[in-house]
Amino acid sequence: MSLVEKKSAYRDDSVPKQSCIDEILNTYKDEKGALIPILQHTQNLFNYLPKSALLYIADKTDIPISTIYGVVTFYSQFHLQPRGRNIICVCQGTACHVRGGKIILNAVEKELGIKAGHTTENLRFTLETIACLGACGLAPVMKVNEDTHGRMTEEEIAKVLAQYK
Amino acid sequence: MMITAEKLKEMQDVYKTAVSLRLEKNDRNEQPTVFDVLICGGTGCKSSGSKEIQRQLEYELAARGMLDKVHVVQTGCHGFCENGPLMIIYPGQFFYCRVKPDDAGEIVESHLCNGRPVERLLYYDPVDGKPALTAADVSFYKKQKRIVLEHCGRIDPEKIEEYIAVGGYAALVKALTEMTQDKVIEEVIDSGLRGRGGAGFPTGKKWSFAKNAESDKKYIICNADEGDPGAFMDRSVLEGDPHRVLEGMAIAAYAIGADEGYIYVRAEYPLAVQRLKIAIQQAEERGFLGKNIFGSGKDIMLHIKEGAGAFVCGEETALIASIEGRRGMPRPRPPFPANEGLWGKPTNNNNVETYANVAQIINKGAAWYRHFGTAESPGTKVFALTGKINHTGLAEVPMGITMREIIYDIGGGILDGKKFKAVQIGGPSGACLPEELLDLPVTYDSLTEVGAMMGSGGLVVMDETTCMVDVAKFFINFTQSESCGQCTPCREGTKRMLEILTRITEGGGSESDLELLEILARNIKQASLCGLGQTAPNPVLSTIKYFRDEYEAHIKEKHCPAGACESLASYIITDACKGCGLCARNCPVHVITGKVKEKHCIDQERCIKCGTCYTNCPFDAIIKE
Repeated sequence: MSLVEKKSAYRDDSVPKQSCIDEILNTYKDEKGALIPILQHTQNLFNYLPKSALLYIADKTDIPISTIYGVVTFYSQFHLQPRGRNIICVCQGTACHVRGGKIILNAVEKELGIKAGHTTENLRFTLETIACLGACGLAPVMKVNEDTHGRMTEEEIAKVLAQYK
Repeated sequence: MMITAEKLKEMQDVYKTAVSLRLEKNDRNEQPTVFDVLICGGTGCKSSGSKEIQRQLEYELAARGMLDKVHVVQTGCHGFCENGPLMIIYPGQFFYCRVKPDDAGEIVESHLCNGRPVERLLYYDPVDGKPALTAADVSFYKKQKRIVLEHCGRIDPEKIEEYIAVGGYAALVKALTEMTQDKVIEEVIDSGLRGRGGAGFPTGKKWSFAKNAESDKKYIICNADEGDPGAFMDRSVLEGDPHRVLEGMAIAAYAIGADEGYIYVRAEYPLAVQRLKIAIQQAEERGFLGKNIFGSGKDIMLHIKEGAGAFVCGEETALIASIEGRRGMPRPRPPFPANEGLWGKPTNNNNVETYANVAQIINKGAAWYRHFGTAESPGTKVFALTGKINHTGLAEVPMGITMREIIYDIGGGILDGKKFKAVQIGGPSGACLPEELLDLPVTYDSLTEVGAMMGSGGLVVMDETTCMVDVAKFFINFTQSESCGQCTPCREGTKRMLEILTRITEGGGSESDLELLEILARNIKQASLCGLGQTAPNPVLSTIKYFRDEYEAHIKEKHCPAGACESLASYIITDACKGCGLCARNCPVHVITGKVKEKHCIDQERCIKCGTCYTNCPFDAIIKE
């Protein structure tokens, strides 16, 4: 599936979600400077931030779309492209770096056939790096969705990934 | 009606019974009948399966009808993450490490039923091989002085009752009922407490600026955007003792006259966010936070703001911009946030560890606090020990202790008996210190003198296999990608430095590169807008200063002494080669030749240094140099 097709698939899906965005906007309507939490909740809804949703938020909040785009592209948490069902974060912090974090990243890249920052064709995995997960005691560490996997070795990667469909 | 100190004491006495086993000294002569089993629920231990241990333990207890006698508690981080999941059993403070769910049955049967500790789960000291029966006997804890981490790992962070039972919120009540705003600030100034976020600015002084600023509205902010790679003390405090931070913030809010505040937490810390939410809710339900706290007529509303992933937001003006919903970009100071902060109002901003010190200073006084540490840097500091060290974990020590004591006495020395090379302190703003500085007393000022800084307290230990040029490249790569891009010295300068360092690690460095790096570093330090840029060159400058020979080896000899830079490595087949031919078949560029059953040879000129032969040799006959 090409990226354009992927996007349109998500866009169709986004129509009934409009009322959900309304709900989010309603929750924060009296709060000053709530753009970031609004975007965080919206991203939870779609798994990424579709253009249509951002335009809708701009329209309803009277915040210029350029400002919203500026905020979205500033923070690493926000994504403008569809993401996989499972998000892999391989820690590249200092502690993991000296204990072989790079080797783990290379091995995951090889296993999935994608580079960090990309999503597999079947949308099963998105591979990302992170500057530190704060679980340095277990270095090298990788996180899949909410699960932290510590003391990783190259051999264990396939076993860990197999748990996520 | 005002909740007075007496009333709080009554509450404490009621709740005390639930934690009494953990507070009283135990007479080990008789077999106890009731137990508290504490299981670490910090991020590290949780990911190694502590939740499953708890389930299994409860199952075993239920099967024996012992649930009413044994109280299983999920606590915050104990600090000794290397050996997790950890379990401590009271009375007696028996310390078990690397516990597995399958061990639950034996723990219940042997320890809880028959009074025989499970010896194989005890901690065995790597030096003398002797087991440590209790937590106090473990070498990792012996030299520590726990003030900030006092309750971490001892109480259930999700129960306000346990925090009250160990004396929680008494400092806030004392401040509200017995002390004026100025008196609180005076006490904190006298204590000499300095900002634990890294720069070390005197906390009390900061508060007095915000107190003296005139305004109808003031704010308080807790910086929990712990972004330094290799630092996780703030996370552990938030996860293990969240009320402690709330109490410190509330005292600060009272002192400066703020009625509203924000805790800005890193998005990567979901457990900390969850425990803070629970803590705020519980404190509000009891009237300890919110409107009219403790019946004093004062309001303190605290909110949580989740960050969205930007290291620069640890800088206070960037953090404020982020709370206001904007791009987190720093602005020039003055005006300082104490005069013009959040929404243009006077704002006080401290980090988690700083606030976590406040309650004890108010409770026990500035003079008590000054017993610990040095005259210029009083108190304790929590360090996150990581890297090539035996005891990875969190250690709280009095300031002024030497690096050697932290790394060898507490940290248990270097992993796998390798040789110490450097310790990195202060994260991306800090420095790499060599062996000859190991006896340096650790204080804010002594570190600044040698070109490092305290930073948030991450200590990453490096051994002989770590390449210092690669480490410098690692940090510049980090600051370069986290630079907000607003000012040219930081945006362009760090990028150029990264290019030069990459060139050096790939064998393309020239002799003028070192001088060029130093000139760039000086300019970036002097001309950048905020702390991120002003300190970004530190890891490069310190490695050039203390490990110049490694840079020169990369540049002149095209050789990485640590063998870490892949492009400079060479693979050599030794006499251990049996001539099986596997390497020749696997080599993607077909540059390995040799006859069957005879020693093979790699054509070094054409080798692409992929390492396939090295990792696959069944006889370990290939070495990397």
